[in-house]
Amino acid sequence: MGRVFAAVGAAVLAFGVLGLATPALADVVNPEMPYKVSGNVQNKGEPVAGVTITVTGSGGFTATVPTGDDGKFVVGVPERNTDYTVTLDESTLPEGIAVVDNPETEFVEGNVQIASVGPGGRVAMNFFIGQGERKTVAWVDQVVQRLISGINFGLMLALASVGLSLIYGTTGISNFAHAEMVTFGAVATFALVGFFGDAGLPLAIGLAIILSAGLGWALDAGLWRPLRKRNTGLVQLMIVSIGLSLAIRYLYQFFIGGGTEQLPGADSPKIPLFGEVSLSVVGMVSMGLSVVLIVIFAAWLTYTKVGKATRAISDNPSLAAASGIDVDGVIRTVWIIGSLLAGFSGILWAYFRPGIRWDMGGQILLLIFAATTLGGLGTAYGALIGSLIVGILVEGSSLFIPSDLKYVGALVVLIGILLFRPQGILGRKERVG
Amino acid sequence: MSSNDKPATPVKSTGLHVGAIKPGVAKKDPILIADSVRRQFGGLTAVDVEHVEIPRNAITALIGPNGAGKTTFFNLLTGFDNPNTGTWSFNGKSLAGVAAFKVARMGLIRTFQLTKALSLLTVMDNMKLGSTQQRGEKLWASMFHFLWKKKDVEIEAQALDLLKRFNLDAKKDDYAASLSGGQRKLLEMARALMTKPELVMLDEPMAGVNPALTQSLLEHILNLKKEGMTVLFVEHDMHMVRHIADWVIVMAEGKVVAEGDPHEVMRNPAVIDAYLGSHQDDDLGTITGRITLPKPGKEK
Amino acid sequence: MDVLGILSSTASFILDPTTMAYALAGLGLAIHFGFAGLLNMGMAGFMALGAYGYAIGVLTLGLPWYLAAFVGIGASIIFALILGIPTLRLRGDYLAIVTIAAAEIIRLLLLTSAFIDVTGSADGLSGFNGPGGTITNPIAGAGGFNGSNPIPDGEFGFEPFLDDERTWYLRIVGAIILAVSVFVVWRLVNSPWGRVIKGIREDEEAVRSLGKNVFAYKMQALIIGGVFGALGGLMLAFSTNVNSGVYVTSLTFFLWTALLLGGAATVFGPLVGSVIFWVLQAFLGLLFPALAKLGLLPFDSIQAAQVRFILIGVALVLLVVFRPQGIFGNKKELTFVK
Repeated sequence: MGRVFAAVGAAVLAFGVLGLATPALADVVNPEMPYKVSGNVQNKGEPVAGVTITVTGSGGFTATVPTGDDGKFVVGVPERNTDYTVTLDESTLPEGIAVVDNPETEFVEGNVQIASVGPGGRVAMNFFIGQGERKTVAWVDQVVQRLISGINFGLMLALASVGLSLIYGTTGISNFAHAEMVTFGAVATFALVGFFGDAGLPLAIGLAIILSAGLGWALDAGLWRPLRKRNTGLVQLMIVSIGLSLAIRYLYQFFIGGGTEQLPGADSPKIPLFGEVSLSVVGMVSMGLSVVLIVIFAAWLTYTKVGKATRAISDNPSLAAASGIDVDGVIRTVWIIGSLLAGFSGILWAYFRPGIRWDMGGQILLLIFAATTLGGLGTAYGALIGSLIVGILVEGSSLFIPSDLKYVGALVVLIGILLFRPQGILGRKERVG
Repeated sequence: MSSNDKPATPVKSTGLHVGAIKPGVAKKDPILIADSVRRQFGGLTAVDVEHVEIPRNAITALIGPNGAGKTTFFNLLTGFDNPNTGTWSFNGKSLAGVAAFKVARMGLIRTFQLTKALSLLTVMDNMKLGSTQQRGEKLWASMFHFLWKKKDVEIEAQALDLLKRFNLDAKKDDYAASLSGGQRKLLEMARALMTKPELVMLDEPMAGVNPALTQSLLEHILNLKKEGMTVLFVEHDMHMVRHIADWVIVMAEGKVVAEGDPHEVMRNPAVIDAYLGSHQDDDLGTITGRITLPKPGKEK
Repeated sequence: MDVLGILSSTASFILDPTTMAYALAGLGLAIHFGFAGLLNMGMAGFMALGAYGYAIGVLTLGLPWYLAAFVGIGASIIFALILGIPTLRLRGDYLAIVTIAAAEIIRLLLLTSAFIDVTGSADGLSGFNGPGGTITNPIAGAGGFNGSNPIPDGEFGFEPFLDDERTWYLRIVGAIILAVSVFVVWRLVNSPWGRVIKGIREDEEAVRSLGKNVFAYKMQALIIGGVFGALGGLMLAFSTNVNSGVYVTSLTFFLWTALLLGGAATVFGPLVGSVIFWVLQAFLGLLFPALAKLGLLPFDSIQAAQVRFILIGVALVLLVVFRPQGIFGNKKELTFVK
């Protein structure tokens, strides 16, 4: 019992760190206005914040709002089945860029548009800005850019996926709370940066990673091991992970609210590599760190005794236990390492999105499942390969389909893989049905 | 079954084969004929049966070492697995590629090595599930009580009858989980009879059954033959095989290596070498030298 | 602290259309998981199809509300078929992942700006229940759902159930749908069909060896449960607008909590579980902020409203570990407990 209390204490400490975080303000829409004009201001696909938008309508209605961090704006309007004039104040745009023509909508002048609110009571519209003249980006450059982005995303997914895959392999649990373990890294870093200041970022990241590992330890000691001792069924364990996911997710929302926060350095400049392909400093560091971590992890898995034991348990649990392997100890290690990697992955995800939200882990949970299933549930190397493929697929698909559907491609692949080759690329062909 | 009763001596069927006895010999009245059935797992050939025929209204034993492919062969014949090649027919109707549930409806019922009594249902519900005559099992019909109620009563009566025969009627409303292992075996067999099958395939019916129950189970299997059914069973218990089997088929490494009358087969040197062991009639203690018994007369 | 106000608001949730919607979807989930053992983690997707199918049926296809409702139900049947044919032979936890993925695909398709003309994208759809719009904005179809309301204008009932004629109509329609649904499920489950389904839940191979077409039964269960889910979504659409932001995986998880609370493999479990769930979360959603305002809790009132969701997660964990059969269930019949 003492172990459980210690674990609960550790969990409280880990989550207590979140108390250092301060929430963002929520968006405000004029509650007296039943209809909406909303929209996006983007510069070559990147959101532009702090741009002033003015909406005017008949009867002297006028309202002014700035675009948020995500480049979006929302204005409540009093009537529908009428037109409003939406004006973008160019003086509030960053240096050197202006509104360009958008061939898809009617325009008066570039920065003034007509928005028609129909019977639905809502309308959405976009402003496109650029360097005065539109340049068509070479197809090859686009593909390479997406490829690099995809690899970056894939490496980040891999850090989360290998943990999930090993947890599945050694315990049989499909851990839905893995999403929250990913978010933990980001949220903890955010909270610690709030405490140490921006300059303390490396310290904050280091501490957050240690806390992530601690979270993994606490979860196994306080929850999963006691349940294993009770011989709880796998379906029950899966539902437990769902409940855990819910509780922790809303705990995050409790601490940081419903908005989006940023880590320092999230808006670092993009360095052009060749042609139109560019990568930010943060992106490069992220890729580098991911690769290093993955290599270290692969070495651990292949060469150390514990690593080999992990693979043995994944492969054949009863034989492993009968061979004298300390199964509980290995599982504890798997949770610690899995959580550590997930937390680090969360920090990278915070820079990639960019932004920290209470449900950011949940957004990629299905992608993580897709990656591990594609590669073969239970194998770490499979998770790595699967993650790279999913990452490239997701980023690459935005070349062909609308970018807000880019996750759909990965999800379809997930379903497809389960139908045609359920054991994944590297998995063993055991009965999956 | 009191231990004072002398077990009935089974009447053996003879003259089942046509021509010289060899693996794959034709039968006078085959109920099941299989040809070129092959099942491979990766590089391993689990089943490779060229030709085998199962005689009607007789009790046939399928024996062989572990891993010989007996259960796999069962699975293939009943549609629970798909072969790489092969055809087989039941009463002249081809069964190759037919789904497992359809095979069951055609009169070919199988049981499993690890008993599949549905523990979370009552004994009576288990039995009712055994029947294929209940219209109420169809979705639309199930909504209308009057369409299936009468049939349900009939089926319940049939089930009760069978349960009485197997001595399980007192437990009809208990959850099957509360039955002992042996009782569950009996339940599985009783349930299999609800469809009045023609061919009953039993996968190791004696596995894990205590000696007291073995006699009772043997009687039930003999009764199946009395009522006109055909039985094919997999077993390792040679005494049982010798006692009730009319015909024995020996499998090893996926192939049929011998067939024949139980006594002939068990004297076959190849079979003895591969499977039976040369001292299978002797007490295990005398073989290991731990005990010495007075020389017995050779047991029949 | 306005105790009476809190209690009265809470009590009104008992007859709330949202509670009924939950109960209907919960019935569907009871068929899927409680009785057939299918780990459907994508119920939100079925609800979304029911709601959006109806709304699009009215707004885009111009159908009268009662036909548009069938569009929603039809969409959920097609979804069940598309989902089921390839995936019903998958093992439990794989099915869970596939169903979540499928529901997310539905949500993303409803959210994408590519289909904004039909789905309203992030803003969703509204005004399809009419009349209630302005003269300049008539609603397509024969007067809409609200137009079919025979109750005269005015307020009826007594506190805390004092509401206008629209809400009462909604409650009555909901109650009728719910009563018929409960009856159907009760019949199904206690019939031979139900017996086969319960057998499949425990051991497919055994049932197959008894001559039952297991795949067909699982598909039937998937479709029927899905239809109930669609009816739940329909109730939500009748009562308010539709927005893809509602049909997220959290909704499915809340449904599971309500279902397990009442008893997964029972007919009345989903009903009772939903009522208790919604009443409790409404109560706590009012109580905690009120306590916070009084300074009795160490956090502000906005955060206080969030606490109940944390408690839901904790409750789910405790429930599935310590009382997986819920209030009405029978532990001896549960297949997912060791």
